[in-house]
Amino acid sequence: MMQIKPILAALKRHKAGTILIAMQIALTLAIVCNALFIIHQRLERVQRPTGLVETDLMAIQTRFVGTEESKAGPLVKMDLQALRQLPGVQDAVSLNSYPLRGGGWSTGVRTDVDAKDSKAHTTQYFGDEHTLPTMGTKLIEGRNFRSDEIIEADPQAVPDPASIIVSKALADKLYPDGHALGKTVYIGDSKKPSTIIGIVDRLEVPWNGTWSDSFYENSLIQPVQLTSSFTNYLIRTKPGQLADVLKAAPAALVKVNRMRVIPNDRGVRTFAEVREHAYKGDRGMAILMGVVCLVLLGITAAGIVGLTSFWVGQRRKQIGVRRALGATKGDILSYFLTENLLIGVAGVLIGALLAMGMNLWLVTQFEMARLSIAYVLVGVVVLLLLGQGAVLAPAMRASRVSPVEATRSV
Amino acid sequence: MFAYYLQLGLRSLRKNPLLTLLMVLAIGCGVAASMTTYSVFRATSNNPIPNKSSQLFVPQIDNWGPDSAKDNKGEPPNAMTYTDAINLMRDKRATRQTALYPAAMSVVPEDAGMLPFRETSYGWYADAFGMFDVPFQFGHGWTASEDDSHAAVAVIGRSLNEKLFNGANSVGRNINLNGRDYRIVGVADKWNPEPVFYDVINTNGFDDPIQVFIPFTRAVELKTPTNGNNNCNHDAGNGWDAWIRSECVWLGFWAELPTKSEADAYRQYLNGYAAEQQRAGRFRWAPNTRLRNVTEWLEYQKVVPQEAKVSLMVSLGFLLICLVNTVGLLLAKFMRRSSEIGVRRALGATRKEIYLQFLIEAAAIGLAGGVVGLVLTGLGVLGVSLVFEPDIAKLATLDVSLILLTMLVALLATVLAAFYPTWRAAQVQPAWQLKSN
Repeated sequence: MMQIKPILAALKRHKAGTILIAMQIALTLAIVCNALFIIHQRLERVQRPTGLVETDLMAIQTRFVGTEESKAGPLVKMDLQALRQLPGVQDAVSLNSYPLRGGGWSTGVRTDVDAKDSKAHTTQYFGDEHTLPTMGTKLIEGRNFRSDEIIEADPQAVPDPASIIVSKALADKLYPDGHALGKTVYIGDSKKPSTIIGIVDRLEVPWNGTWSDSFYENSLIQPVQLTSSFTNYLIRTKPGQLADVLKAAPAALVKVNRMRVIPNDRGVRTFAEVREHAYKGDRGMAILMGVVCLVLLGITAAGIVGLTSFWVGQRRKQIGVRRALGATKGDILSYFLTENLLIGVAGVLIGALLAMGMNLWLVTQFEMARLSIAYVLVGVVVLLLLGQGAVLAPAMRASRVSPVEATRSV
Repeated sequence: MFAYYLQLGLRSLRKNPLLTLLMVLAIGCGVAASMTTYSVFRATSNNPIPNKSSQLFVPQIDNWGPDSAKDNKGEPPNAMTYTDAINLMRDKRATRQTALYPAAMSVVPEDAGMLPFRETSYGWYADAFGMFDVPFQFGHGWTASEDDSHAAVAVIGRSLNEKLFNGANSVGRNINLNGRDYRIVGVADKWNPEPVFYDVINTNGFDDPIQVFIPFTRAVELKTPTNGNNNCNHDAGNGWDAWIRSECVWLGFWAELPTKSEADAYRQYLNGYAAEQQRAGRFRWAPNTRLRNVTEWLEYQKVVPQEAKVSLMVSLGFLLICLVNTVGLLLAKFMRRSSEIGVRRALGATRKEIYLQFLIEAAAIGLAGGVVGLVLTGLGVLGVSLVFEPDIAKLATLDVSLILLTMLVALLATVLAAFYPTWRAAQVQPAWQLKSN
């Protein structure tokens, strides 16, 4: 550390190189911090549990053709019967949507019938007593629907149900004291109360975009079988029989009724495929940012190696003189390490400011979250270590310069 | 002289292969990252209907009032109610106009052995074909009188025509949609504007081309549900009739207004219409309307995905770092040759010649970087489907213009990066260099 003054003096003579390295470190820090932050956010989203037991689970989407929109009730019943009778099927249910599907219904919920604003936003799942067993969703309080509670309804005239099951997150939002079971809520504009008869541990909404982040665990299940000509079947197979049912189920549906469309691309999917599709963008973005980070760090390290090697080459004579005057190998090594550290510190200081500025811009442009300072700190440490690592090889070479060099001309 | 400098340059590149390789790789990576992300950005920010993008307009009418609008920066809903769409159609204040929605239609093949299948289907008005410049392979669109009579007519797309009729002229034949027969009046040739400007709300801008078009009036009469979004601020009530009379928004609307004065007049008309609704007691707030053309609409609806913008920004930053890196490495490389420069200067080479020599050397690095960048861009474009939906990923292609752009960017960027190191090289004093040796 005694060498700081002479180092600064030497750096003054290499302004361009110094500025270039510092600039590169600063820019790299700015981008790596933000990229790491994006990766972390995306991965966090990808790892969110749906509340479903996702193994041995599959989904089929179907639309009846030539049936009036509100008269498909009996057709859905026949489908379900056929599906539940298939060997290998443990349970099946007809739903308007399910987690990670992408489309669904959403509404506000009030706890006070006269309230103007809703207390929480939620998704609505319409299903029957098979919903929970098929999803594998855990009931933590109360009970499941009974079969006599299930009503059939035209999707354009859904009655307000007497009883509903809600997710824990929604229950806690509506009744923060923790005693939501048995209490009443009002769905949408309704004046008719619905009683919470059951609370499930966790159930995600069908969407996974950032816009739904504020209510992604708020779900309610209504004991309503929609008679729409468009529906989704969720099927739980017996362990290990998913592959068989994946083939047998659509064939069985076509056998029951040919006048239907099961789309080729997303008509029949395992839940693993549903998940993969839902998070494709997030995963891809994380991979992309990861690759960018690695390549960027590599390039920055290479740049430092290149420029430092050049400096070492340029200063062979001076190094020789210092060695001849008694400087040890360690002195020379620490000279270059300290020099790099000084440049690095200048770089990361500017870089930290840049990183925050860049994040601020991303926040205003893309409604992203605010960068936490931890990322900047991690980035600073990583870049300083990278700089020290990169400078090590040329610095070692410098330390091996023999004192004899002092007597040579260049 | 050029050949000589090129030779000198290449020799010097070979003399220091590691440093050269580093620069070439850095430039290659930087250029490839920015070109790959640019290819996506280019595809998503494309002008889908360049000849008419300033003449086609989306009117918006605030039928929900300031309470709902405040959640959306005061903007009216981005789709229309059935009531407003029908009123605007009736008033016919634009040269051409259409309401439209993605109708849930399935094709039932004549061949009983074939299963029904889904095609992208829209219900719209006769005007739409002309407004959107839909080309025809056979026949033509239906007429306004067929709109009025809710006629069972259809226009099908080229690929559906190939599937059902082996590509023969099917005009006059029937097609069964949702269990009912429609007379085919036209076969649209390939029509696939990207982004899907006519229905951004339901497609986010990217979808398969439409294969079935039927009159809007017919689709509504048959209570064909929408395949798209339906947004309500209050319960619509029970049944189809209640729904279409409700304040739920689910329709797209387009007006063709060829001149600025017509657009201004239409703006006034919209405000007048909203004021009239206010007087009639339907709206309890002052008129709040918008009229955006295609370009403004795509911008407002943020058709370019956030991913495309963020990754373009990040990769441009990446390219910048690669360039800073190249400046440093070139500086090291050129300054190492101070003595060589000194000798050349002493032997009579002018500064200009030094400039030329080193810029040519840099250009050679740039070209090599461009080739590496091209290979990596090719890989990158293949990998675009990792991040983006297939509808978007398929639009990102390595075409001739992207290849040229990649080479140009690599070359220009490197030469630009070489300016400072070259300037430093040209400053070398011949006498001083000679003496120090």
